[in-house]
Amino acid sequence: MGKTLYEKVYDSHVVFQQEGELPTLFIDRHLVHEVTSPQAFSGIEAAGRKLRHPELTLATVDHDISTREQTIEACSPMAQQQLRALLANTEKFGVRLFGLGDVNQGIVHIVGPQTGFTLPGTTLVCGDSHTATHGAFGALAFGIGTSEVEHVMATQTLKQGRYKTMKIQCEGQLQPGCSAKDLILAIIGKLTTAGGTGYAVEFAGPAVRALSMEGRMTLSNMAIEFGATVGMIAPDETTFEYIKGRMFAPKGEAFEQAMAYWKTLKSDDDAVFDAVVTIDASAIEPQVTWGTNPGQVCAVTGCVPVPEAIEDPIVAKSCRDALAYIDLKPGQKLAGTPVDYVFIGSCTNGRIEDFRAAAEILKGRHIAPNIQLALAVPGTMWVKQQAEREGLDKIFKDAGFEWRLPGCSMCLAMNDDRAPAGIRVASTSNRNFVGRQGKGSRTHLMSPATAAACAVKGCIADVRELLQ
Amino acid sequence: MQKFTVHEGVAVPLDSANIDTDQIIPKQFLLAVSRKGFGKHLFHDWRYLDEAETKLNPEFNLNKPEYQGATILVARDNFGNGSSREHAPWALMDYGFKAVIAPSFAMIFNNNALGNGLLPLRLKEDEVDQLFKVLTEKPGTTIRISLEDMTVDCAGLHFTFTLDEFRRHCLLEGLDAISLTLLHDKEIRAY
Repeated sequence: MGKTLYEKVYDSHVVFQQEGELPTLFIDRHLVHEVTSPQAFSGIEAAGRKLRHPELTLATVDHDISTREQTIEACSPMAQQQLRALLANTEKFGVRLFGLGDVNQGIVHIVGPQTGFTLPGTTLVCGDSHTATHGAFGALAFGIGTSEVEHVMATQTLKQGRYKTMKIQCEGQLQPGCSAKDLILAIIGKLTTAGGTGYAVEFAGPAVRALSMEGRMTLSNMAIEFGATVGMIAPDETTFEYIKGRMFAPKGEAFEQAMAYWKTLKSDDDAVFDAVVTIDASAIEPQVTWGTNPGQVCAVTGCVPVPEAIEDPIVAKSCRDALAYIDLKPGQKLAGTPVDYVFIGSCTNGRIEDFRAAAEILKGRHIAPNIQLALAVPGTMWVKQQAEREGLDKIFKDAGFEWRLPGCSMCLAMNDDRAPAGIRVASTSNRNFVGRQGKGSRTHLMSPATAAACAVKGCIADVRELLQ
Repeated sequence: MQKFTVHEGVAVPLDSANIDTDQIIPKQFLLAVSRKGFGKHLFHDWRYLDEAETKLNPEFNLNKPEYQGATILVARDNFGNGSSREHAPWALMDYGFKAVIAPSFAMIFNNNALGNGLLPLRLKEDEVDQLFKVLTEKPGTTIRISLEDMTVDCAGLHFTFTLDEFRRHCLLEGLDAISLTLLHDKEIRAY
């Protein structure tokens, strides 16, 4: 019997397995940021240990930082303490840091791919659940807690059980106005927020093959939103083309050799998955969430559900609670709901292609008068500069957007980019949890193009009406 | 890590599915650089009526007199979904919880809890339903969990559960994962 992509990468990284223990995997790449690392570094120090492979570790700052000013002083006092701790720790333990002012500074899951640190067939971890993003390259990448961060620092390994495997076969092609974000939201809607728990997922099929690396990263990024910590995509020419020439990517002959290996990284024809889900990408419409988890989603043309019509009492209660919080009426149409804030950015949709897609809609248009704040936050400094080279910043600014500095920003609102209570946000981020973007704020997840359409219309809107 | 063998304590029910890590410990508390002191911020948005945490929400179960001193939390499906923040199990443990019982857990939360000696205990949905009934009708009822026998007892109800043998061994012995792995220094070097 053949192996799946996940099994191939997993098996090639088993260092040892003791009888009655979980297998121990070698970890090729470790990404570090300011929020989930200080306790790990303290643990290493307290035990008198060193980093086993500091050269396999890469750090940046993203979660806490200001998007208005690129200084530590512009951050809250507690954030300053955390940022300074990362500066001191990376210095002390010999870890490379892309700090404020560096062209490669920015959201950790955009930094990895952008610098060629993320490579096919590697194991890659980070103390952040959206580490699944790197699976888009055929890496076995997953988020870990701080104790595991410390474990990787000390041993360059992790104990990892084998997950069940799930293939999500995406047939057909996405239609105009629809992007990878709409595809993944539709998948989460179908599987629910826990449908992938216990599985390592592989996204496959013609709709996935047709996506750029940016789109594939959006897909893998949100695997965690249906419970799967791993969301892989087999590497192909699109992947190799993206990697070639990047900072940490192998060069010349080494690249050719690596590519020969990378080409073997796909599920064998006779590989058996524990579960297979098929989705018709051609039938997907632009998606917008209506509730307080990413699985509570429907087409922008749809209506929010009626809790009384839901049979399962626990699901019905979740629906009722969500509608009360988000302030929508059962059965009402989603489109036309007025929006107050618009946020374009995050590790889900903070890449160059995302700003191009939004700019396409915003060009020659202006945000509606009822929009109180429209934020464009490029994922990294490189993304920001590239967008500026293409003149996208001007389109955003002319449309009434604030063009900010890179960081996680209003995706999780750990810095001062926060939505007040009662504010409804059209957001390209990944989580619409209660209070996620600020206590009492109401989040609707959607694609960058749809968010741009909402900004222009001042309400939840179907981007297809604005396509040329 | 502290050992977990047998534990009996007051159980508090939280009747919601998908209790995410943002609810368990909101992001403003992730700015700390130590592992301690998260307990007072546990379920911040539900537990307090104000940001400064001076006014308790009397409607929230953790604040009700009958559930004071609770050490076991009972919840619905997909507990701990969302971010990888280990601050979630740190906050639960700092508050005093030793175990969370639910029909399912998010994967990263599950790992993080086990790594800290907090037991994520899976029971079947109808079994969790029965616990909810008892804990709501007779608040303050205790639950007894034996990791040695893999059993849960509560007011005459008796259930069994399963846990990966290695994880169970680590909890029973209170083993530190890094020391365990470093016993295999030779194999890591060879790889």
